Amino acid sequence: MENNTVNIESKNSFWASVSSLWSGLMLSLRHIRKATKRRNQAYISDKDYFAQKEGLVTLKYPYEAIPVPDNGRYRLHNEIDDCIVCDLCAKICPVNCIEIESIKATEEIGITSDGTKKRLYAPKFDIDLAKCCYCGLCTTVCPTDCLTMTKVYDFPEVDIKNMIYHFTDLTPEQAREKQLLFEQQQAAKKK
Amino acid sequence: MVALLVCLVVILGVVIALAYAERKVAAFIQDRLGPTEVGPYGMFQAIIDVVKLLQKEDIIPTVADKNLFRLAPIIIFAAVLAGFAVVPVSPDLIASGAEVGIFFLLSIVSLDVIGLLMAGWGSNNKYAVLGAMRSVGQIVSYEIPAGLAILSAIMICQSLNLQEISFQQGILLNQFAGLENEKNYLFGLKALQIDVTQVGGITTWNIVRMPFLMVSFIVYYIASLAECNRAPFDIPEAESELVAGFHVEYSGFRFAALFLAEYTMMVLVCLVATILFLGSWNTPLPNLGPLKLATWTTSTPGTIVANLWGFFWLMSKVSILLLSQIWLRWTYPRMRVDQLMQLCWKILIPVSLGMVLLAGIWRLLMI
Ligand code: SF4
Ligand code: SF4
Repeated sequence: MENNTVNIESKNSFWASVSSLWSGLMLSLRHIRKATKRRNQAYISDKDYFAQKEGLVTLKYPYEAIPVPDNGRYRLHNEIDDCIVCDLCAKICPVNCIEIESIKATEEIGITSDGTKKRLYAPKFDIDLAKCCYCGLCTTVCPTDCLTMTKVYDFPEVDIKNMIYHFTDLTPEQAREKQLLFEQQQAAKKK
Repeated sequence: MVALLVCLVVILGVVIALAYAERKVAAFIQDRLGPTEVGPYGMFQAIIDVVKLLQKEDIIPTVADKNLFRLAPIIIFAAVLAGFAVVPVSPDLIASGAEVGIFFLLSIVSLDVIGLLMAGWGSNNKYAVLGAMRSVGQIVSYEIPAGLAILSAIMICQSLNLQEISFQQGILLNQFAGLENEKNYLFGLKALQIDVTQVGGITTWNIVRMPFLMVSFIVYYIASLAECNRAPFDIPEAESELVAGFHVEYSGFRFAALFLAEYTMMVLVCLVATILFLGSWNTPLPNLGPLKLATWTTSTPGTIVANLWGFFWLMSKVSILLLSQIWLRWTYPRMRVDQLMQLCWKILIPVSLGMVLLAGIWRLLMI
């Protein structure tokens, strides 16, 4: 019990209170006097990040910005050439903001940069970044590492529809054509 | 009518400047920048805020007592505004030179309490009622030390007329009808035989005429902070406990009226402090031999220059007091209700009673 109590010296005398009130006022006055200076907006890795003890801390954001590290994880980017349309990212996404449609190709369409064979077209690959919570799960499950997070974080839009990013490389006509080709192949197989 | 309009515009200007100053000073104390976007250094932020408030929807809660709710902000603002009627702003300018000046001011400003209760009760919201009750309790208790501190100054001046009190504290003493043969002695003590009537400046201010009025001034200053619900006595609107106190349900124009009334009250109590203790519109510079500093910075009464000097000195003193109120607000934490009442009833009231006694004795030494 004894060990848990903290003894704070109680200062109840009049002059002690006055001097403590006075030192409070002087403290805030010191800050006002230093208000002409501004803190240097450095990234945390900077060696004098913790050395700056005085000056205004506000970052005038749209006009100034703290540099983002190269491995910053913000806006998603899909390198569609490397995507095998496996749908894993869409499945793991906790907020269901990735929408993928796929069309089977009649033959192998190519090879991704890590050597995986591509057999599916993606007529639709939309990520709604307005819903995205930037958890990064989709990038970890992607087998070909084509879905990545970039360091771009400032991409506001006036119209929320513009927050849906389309990554497909097929035009609707091309998609219809590929669909037709696939149906013809299936029909040929059945015969 | 014209006086009222001029008064309204001037008060509005001062209050808006004050709201801006408050945000900037708060920001600097907390190592922030404060408003920067609207106008140079964010100067027009407060104006834009008021314009925004005026455009907003005037929401009245369905279960509120509609009449009380609607009327309350108007009563509060009108009560505070009425106080300005008897406040002199320069040697010749005063809306109403009523003989009962300060007495009228104290009583009309107390009407504010009714408005607060109406706002709190009419909102039909537990936080609003709590805030209103705290506010009323606080204002009613703090009016006693404030009134006693004012009384000690009035006993020295022997007048309730704020313009007469102003004339007494400077070189224009003999220009006021009825005071032609008065003389100011250093520290008010006739026995010292140092006539400072023509020296003026700071030597004739009330806190020098009766040096112990400094104590009264501090008592009044603390009590007036509590009366306008400023930190560290802002328990009626304690954001962290009561959201915003009695005005939690208000929006739009009505909120703007309450907000302005609060800042207007600050200006008013600082004006009263300046007039009663800090030499009103008189210059702080004394006449020193051939250096007629006081005469130069006062000019002949009746001229425009004299009025401008008077207004300038009054406003500078008031601004310093206002800045100090802001400074206190952003330095000290809020007090508890019991601490607040203890300070009022156990410390300030006995001290101010003692001051009244002392002022009486001092007055005897002055004649
Ligand atoms: S980062 Fe998370 S929320 Fe955003 S798309 Fe990927 S899985 Fe979905
Ligand atoms: S997990 Fe990768 S490869 Fe699979 S669909 Fe998503 S982005 Fe394409």
